[in-house]
Amino acid sequence: MTKGRYGIHGGQYIPETLMNAVLELQEAYEHYKDDPQFKEELKALYRDYANRPSLLYYAERMTKDLGGAKIYLKREDLNHTGAHKINNVLGQALLAKKMGKTRVIAETGAGQHGVATATAAALMGMECVVYMGKEDTERQALNVFRMELLGAKVVAVESGTKTLKDAVNEALRVWTERCEDTYYVLGSVMGPHPYPEMVRDFQKIISEEIREQMLEKEGRLPDVVMACVGGGSNAIGAFYDFIKEENVRLIGVEAAGRGVNHPDNAATIANGTLGIFHGMKSYFLQDEYGQIAPVYSISAGLDYPGIGPEHAYLHDTGRAEYVAITDDEAVAAFNYLSKIEGVIPAIESAHAVAHAMKLAPTLDKDKIIVVNISGRGDKDVAAIARYMGVDLHE
Amino acid sequence: MNKITKAFADNKKVLIPSITAGDPSLEATKELIIAMEEAGAGIIELGIPFSDPVAEGEEMQRSAGRALAAGTTTDKIFAMLKELRQETQIPVVLVTYANPIYTYGCEKFFDNCVACGVSGILVPDIPYEERQELLPYCKPRNIALIGIITPNSRDRIKMIAEEAQGYVYAVSYYGVLSDQVVEAKVAEMVEAVRKVTDVPVAVGYRVRKYAEGKAMGNIADGIIVDCRIAEIVEKHGAEGAPNIADYVKKMIAAMNA
Repeated sequence: MTKGRYGIHGGQYIPETLMNAVLELQEAYEHYKDDPQFKEELKALYRDYANRPSLLYYAERMTKDLGGAKIYLKREDLNHTGAHKINNVLGQALLAKKMGKTRVIAETGAGQHGVATATAAALMGMECVVYMGKEDTERQALNVFRMELLGAKVVAVESGTKTLKDAVNEALRVWTERCEDTYYVLGSVMGPHPYPEMVRDFQKIISEEIREQMLEKEGRLPDVVMACVGGGSNAIGAFYDFIKEENVRLIGVEAAGRGVNHPDNAATIANGTLGIFHGMKSYFLQDEYGQIAPVYSISAGLDYPGIGPEHAYLHDTGRAEYVAITDDEAVAAFNYLSKIEGVIPAIESAHAVAHAMKLAPTLDKDKIIVVNISGRGDKDVAAIARYMGVDLHE
Repeated sequence: MNKITKAFADNKKVLIPSITAGDPSLEATKELIIAMEEAGAGIIELGIPFSDPVAEGEEMQRSAGRALAAGTTTDKIFAMLKELRQETQIPVVLVTYANPIYTYGCEKFFDNCVACGVSGILVPDIPYEERQELLPYCKPRNIALIGIITPNSRDRIKMIAEEAQGYVYAVSYYGVLSDQVVEAKVAEMVEAVRKVTDVPVAVGYRVRKYAEGKAMGNIADGIIVDCRIAEIVEKHGAEGAPNIADYVKKMIAAMNA
């Protein structure tokens, strides 16, 4: 068995064409992850460029309105580029630079990871190509233009279901062409080792900051930490430092689309089975013959048929719980948080907000919930208007 | 002796056409296999279509898409193979991804392989490091787990070749989307394999032109042709047997020229 195992999950199930590229990455990451200068440079980028630490905000009106547990919002939406994605991308772009790569490629679903990668590439003077499912380029046209403004080339992927998984397929294919000068910036805690571990390490700053900020504000750790899960990078980032704290409940919120029992969903833990895909062993939405299922969610960022291997393991061991939220519930939460706190969350993050709205009233007032607001909702405004039947005359 | 080894006996150059099962129908696939054997093909690589063939280019993804849209499943492919065995004993190597095998259940999958006279298995997303996922099922059943080497495998070729069974699949292109056979590189790769094993080397992956067949025939023991066949099937569908037979014959002539 290879490195990068989480119980039975993880591994390096990739074509031979990519093995040397992935092994080179693994070696470079193992070298730099503990390198004091690398860590210092990354810390400076987080602080001076990405606006870290992000705020931990007490949502007082929401707390009072729901009448239960105290709710804090971890404001990853306030990061530069508007989502947690920048944490990972700055780490990987810095690593790419150290490895002597001159060009980065990335896949993107909602476009947030693509925007973050285009941003980091601009910052570091690297060429950037982003692969995005054709359907997502239409759902998230604004982000396509943002990437182009940042100097990246956006390629609309027309194969398969024309969404995130197809963008990953295409990026993997393209990477086989140009391993020498090209670095593949994977956007979530998925894919072959070392990606799940490396992306988690770059995202774990979220939970480290929550711990510190919570101790400062409340003098204790939170009772619940929750986050939305597609591939699972913002969730693992929000969970990681608390995994060892058995009294902190960790809840991942998946996208149930039109319903967890409706064929149109993206709830991998709820409906998935064990499989091997995109470089990893984990849970996937698939048929009995192992054909990957078309998935659906209003949120392009959660519209992925798998889940990162560490989440699969946290599910197996029962350390984290996974629940699913429908489109309708997420849109209601999107509206709710906008009106009650003046925070427009990404539709992805709105899934976590929706579950907080269910859970908080059932908990005592002395309990504390932290909801990770993984991104801001500006990118979703047009799509939400369409969903609500509002004509914006775009 | 495994049937694959027999196909390569007497230093014969072997043409290995690769075809997706169920594109456009399993009945057509069966007829095409028989036509290819009559045209001189020595081994058939038979693809079990996968929804997300990340290690292949667009012709093969479209081919898999057509097969799946036609309702092809792993069970139906095994049933077709059993029928095929009434008519031909040509060695068959199944080509698919890790997930269709793993989800089907390895034990059941490889039992069915034995029942259908399958000689080998080629799984592009099971690299050397993950071979234990399949090897424990292949070995006791005398099914060759085909090792793959690529132009950027470099020092990995030795360990892959040392454990090679059936044939070593030498990828002639740098990448999935590439259109440039790297001839000098292939010669180097074949030489590296020869140093450690007598297992034959077949060169493939997007080899399509007769000139490439001729060049590769001078270097390797066999040639695998895939995307050109997928294109012929795309164009002629179930009626493509004469065109495919013609292509196979000309490629064999080029390879032996």
